Amino acid sequence: MAAISREEVAHLARLSRLAVTETELDTFAGQLDVILQAVARVGEVTAADIPPTSHSVPLTNVLRDDVVVPGLTPAEALSGAPDAEDNRFRVPRILDEEA
Amino acid sequence: MADLTRLTATEIAAHVAAGEVSAVEVTRAHLDRIAAVDERVHAFLHVDADGALDAARTVDARRAAGEELGPLAGVPVAVKDVLTTRGVPTTAGSRILEGWRPPYDSTIVERLRAAGTVMLGKTNMDEFAMGSSTEYSAYGPTFNPWDLSRIPGGSGGGSAAALAAYEAPLAIGTDTGGSIRQPGAVTGTVGAKPTYGGTSRYGLVAFSSSLDTPGPCARTVLDAALLHAVMGGHDPRDSTSIPQPVPDVVAAARAGATGDLTGMRLGLVREFATEAGGEPGVTAAFRDAVDALTKLGAEVVEVSCPHFEYALPAYYLIAPSECSSNLARFDGVRFGLRAGDDGVRSLEEVMSLTRDVGFGAEVKRRIMVGTYALSSGYYDAYYGQAQKVRTLISRDFTAAFEQVDVLISPTTPFVAFPLGSRTADPYQMYLADLFTIPTNLYGGPAISVPCGLSEGLPVGLQVMAPTMADDRMYRVAAALESAVGTLTPPAL
Repeated sequence: MAAISREEVAHLARLSRLAVTETELDTFAGQLDVILQAVARVGEVTAADIPPTSHSVPLTNVLRDDVVVPGLTPAEALSGAPDAEDNRFRVPRILDEEA
Repeated sequence: MADLTRLTATEIAAHVAAGEVSAVEVTRAHLDRIAAVDERVHAFLHVDADGALDAARTVDARRAAGEELGPLAGVPVAVKDVLTTRGVPTTAGSRILEGWRPPYDSTIVERLRAAGTVMLGKTNMDEFAMGSSTEYSAYGPTFNPWDLSRIPGGSGGGSAAALAAYEAPLAIGTDTGGSIRQPGAVTGTVGAKPTYGGTSRYGLVAFSSSLDTPGPCARTVLDAALLHAVMGGHDPRDSTSIPQPVPDVVAAARAGATGDLTGMRLGLVREFATEAGGEPGVTAAFRDAVDALTKLGAEVVEVSCPHFEYALPAYYLIAPSECSSNLARFDGVRFGLRAGDDGVRSLEEVMSLTRDVGFGAEVKRRIMVGTYALSSGYYDAYYGQAQKVRTLISRDFTAAFEQVDVLISPTTPFVAFPLGSRTADPYQMYLADLFTIPTNLYGGPAISVPCGLSEGLPVGLQVMAPTMADDRMYRVAAALESAVGTLTPPAL
């Protein structure tokens, strides 16, 4: 497996919505390389005919009766929000100015 | 009455039920102990003294009114800060949730309250339960009461240290790759990971959803079983919750305490013996414990689990992959921290800055590893293969349990290490979970119980059982406890 470059770390950070510093790029590149080399061993034993296991218990779709039950009030739902306005979450601007 | 903080949960509940001591007295004794020692131990991130005393008063009033109390009524419990507690701060050890007070209780906390236990507060942990030493808490590390220069294990180091420091008789942990058992081992306490799906994850701040399992922490096996019985069982709000009752773990613990294991077959995993990095003192204490189990009538045989050596790499692909998805919700919009919102930066920039400021290094590492493993072109090579390894490990367990009743191993390869000694190399830190991880991938229950000392520090023995055979592991653990006894840390 090829070594992880600074550019790849920067790309992963962008995908992960993580603003990382220049110093962190170097640190993470080295560390991710060690981790990924170590975990790549999983490919040594797995044959094509082995089914994957995603969960240790069989997953079933769980539905409840469609009955109205009390939920959080708007005030409760917004109680931990960094910012709120008019009973809604207020977010930073989404569109660029030129948009 | 003797120092109330030295009593077991079983003893406290009996005294409260008999009216020999009030729940308020018990609670005050533990709050006083926390005030006296927690500055040095740092087991707690938040102490809810008022809430605890209110809960204790309610128990006392119910008793005075002649109500029948549950088996743990009036017993204080410390809760890992990864479970939501209505109105009480819940941070998961992270800056990104600093000050967040959830508007709802997790199912487990709801059940603890209904059972009349008294929640003392929230315990320290590695950020989002990612770590093996509680050094990755954003609020500073917890220190091991056996030696304050050493780690208390992770990620539930706060819960385990609270027990070892006599700040609480019971605590709740969560175990994704060993985060209940490993801290239990290195603090000389008992920690059990129930069968996955046997305890509810509703209201648990998710790290790796297919692995996360809440469980009990205590100073004795019987106390752990009592807590397990109170917190466990089917929860319709958790789609992975198993719709079956919890096996009778309390009866199993009582049966094991008689010290008779006649007819039980215990399996030693051959591959664990050859894994590098195990300390001789740990191996010696484990061997002595195996001899003790043999004297109790158990038959000990060697079994092979050839794929266990691939558990660690598989885990460190699956867990980061799930975490990269689960932690996407921490974006500075609906709760927690928001950074860089100056009216100029875009939503995307604010999200990235918030997550940069809010997450610590280990969380960022795992998010990026997970993002890499799930990304186009790498999915088949990493995540897909890891899920196949999970199948192979489950097959190993199934084959082993056709030969033996339970598997036993040391819980950790080494005793508590000095703070800072493994943080420079993340993969070295991951090795701390070498013996605990296979169980999480398989989904079965496992418990760590103290089995002796090495260099004056506790060593844990792990008992692993088939899924939904949690009672079997309690029986073996209680039997070992009857032979070895509990460990008493030096005075703080």
